[in-house]
Amino acid sequence: MTATTTAPAASPELRTPARRPSARLRAWATRAPLLPALIFMVVVTQLPFVATLVISFFDWNALYPDARHFTGLDNYQEVLTDADLRHSVWTTVLLTVAVVLASLVLGLVLALLLDRKFRGRGIVRTLLIAPFLVVPVAAALLWKHVLYNPEYGLLNGLLHYVGGPQPDWISTTPLLAVEASLVWQWTPFMMLILLAGLQSRDHEQVEAARVDGASDWQIFVHLTLPHLRRYLELGALLGSIYIVQNFDAVFTITSGGLGTANLPYTVYQSFYQAHENGLASAAGVLVVIGSIIIATFALRVVSSLFREEASRA
Amino acid sequence: MNVLRRNSMGLVAWLAGIVFFLPIAWMALTSLHSEADAATNPPSFAASLTLDGYREFFGAGGGASPWPALINSAVASLASTLLVLLLAFPAAYALSINRVRKWTDVLFFFLSTKMLPVVAGLLPIYLFAKNAGMLDNIWLLVILYTSMNLPIAVWMMQSFLAEIPVAVIEAAKVDGARLPTVLARVVAPISLPGIAATALICFIFSWNELLFARVLTGVVAETAPVFLTGFITSQGLFLAKVCAASLVISLPVLAAGFAAQDKLVQGLSLGAVK
Repeated sequence: MTATTTAPAASPELRTPARRPSARLRAWATRAPLLPALIFMVVVTQLPFVATLVISFFDWNALYPDARHFTGLDNYQEVLTDADLRHSVWTTVLLTVAVVLASLVLGLVLALLLDRKFRGRGIVRTLLIAPFLVVPVAAALLWKHVLYNPEYGLLNGLLHYVGGPQPDWISTTPLLAVEASLVWQWTPFMMLILLAGLQSRDHEQVEAARVDGASDWQIFVHLTLPHLRRYLELGALLGSIYIVQNFDAVFTITSGGLGTANLPYTVYQSFYQAHENGLASAAGVLVVIGSIIIATFALRVVSSLFREEASRA
Repeated sequence: MNVLRRNSMGLVAWLAGIVFFLPIAWMALTSLHSEADAATNPPSFAASLTLDGYREFFGAGGGASPWPALINSAVASLASTLLVLLLAFPAAYALSINRVRKWTDVLFFFLSTKMLPVVAGLLPIYLFAKNAGMLDNIWLLVILYTSMNLPIAVWMMQSFLAEIPVAVIEAAKVDGARLPTVLARVVAPISLPGIAATALICFIFSWNELLFARVLTGVVAETAPVFLTGFITSQGLFLAKVCAASLVISLPVLAAGFAAQDKLVQGLSLGAVK
């Protein structure tokens, strides 16, 4: 009894001098393989962002470097009150939400179709993945010149055969034109993720439900959708991360004109063309805040939707 | 009834596949037409085929040759992919096999850098490059593409390495192998398919990148996507050339993507979906 209570008290004094350095050494040996990657990421991504944050508090036009001075939150106020910039915030939200939702729904329909066995399924899968594998600038050029062109584009060419109208797609519905091209590129991505989700489903459970007389629709709502929840969340999250940052499509199809300038394009323009370093940085910081909000918001909406569904079931 | 329905669903799937692929097929057909035949309405399906669009793209008509841009893209993509693998592989080992404390926090730090939009750091990077004389330098792109793909690679690889049985690694250690030997001789060969998939995805993202390349390169270090932006205001006369250019520049990505179809989804979802 006494031996057991005194032993722990005595042991640290005896053992620590010998043990502590080797434990520390072992911890560092474990960490060592991680450090190059970690340090690289901190230096290349976090330091520039901190610099952006600092610059965002300065009135700094690159053409007048001597007039640079601290202005506090003025840049943010200007970004948030400037009609053009505010419009680009709205455009970013609209573009991201529309493209993510549309490509998720389309991707879900396609994944459900491809989950069934049919002749040539592998070929159809390959055809459907292809849009995601075209270089984004090339895809945007394809939509701009080959599909949308009012005089010789494929869309109006096909409309010609049915005697339809010949609209100038990009100038009549500019944002929709950008969105359609992005939905075309991102639907395959959503489909791939959701297809992986469908194929990890428990088929015995589905069969059991069917034996119990559940309809296809009931199986879809009560079994398939709840199972797909985290796949839908993941698709929405990753889609949002990439689409909120989209530059290629906006830059190529409309060059930010006709009210399609989103925040990344506006940031690019305000420092690359207008040389307003402070303003561009403030807008850049707002993009970061926006993407964090969108990512968490998308995640919450989707998960609450499914929690409701699950509680009803 | 059931057979009929299954067939009709298959038919709908085929139809969807064709609709999604149609723009690419049409682009391929247009690239093989003469400029005059490419720019007609209604579209000409039966026009004779020619390789003129491709010849024009490769500079036969006196336009700028795409070769320097293609070579720059190859260098930037391959070099950064190699650097990513060198950094991500040991990191993934520390996050999956011989785990550091709080490894999930570290993993989420890597993911959080992907939520930091490119424009959030672009201006300081531009100013730094300008002052350091590194504008229009392909190696700056290599560094930036590495930072762009490293988080994805770390996530993907840790999910691949986590599947390796611990006993295999313990056995090697008991035999007296040191860490570099364990990584090179034991872990790497087992996880080769995962490493290959990670490399393909990093290559694709680097090859596709436009914003960094557009802002930070000019004449010398121009990449293939930047070369393509030269066609943004192209008028109808060069439609076949635009299509040929888009297809040629997309070819490496299309080939890599089709080759890694199954691994693609796992990689793109950062290893979360199997």
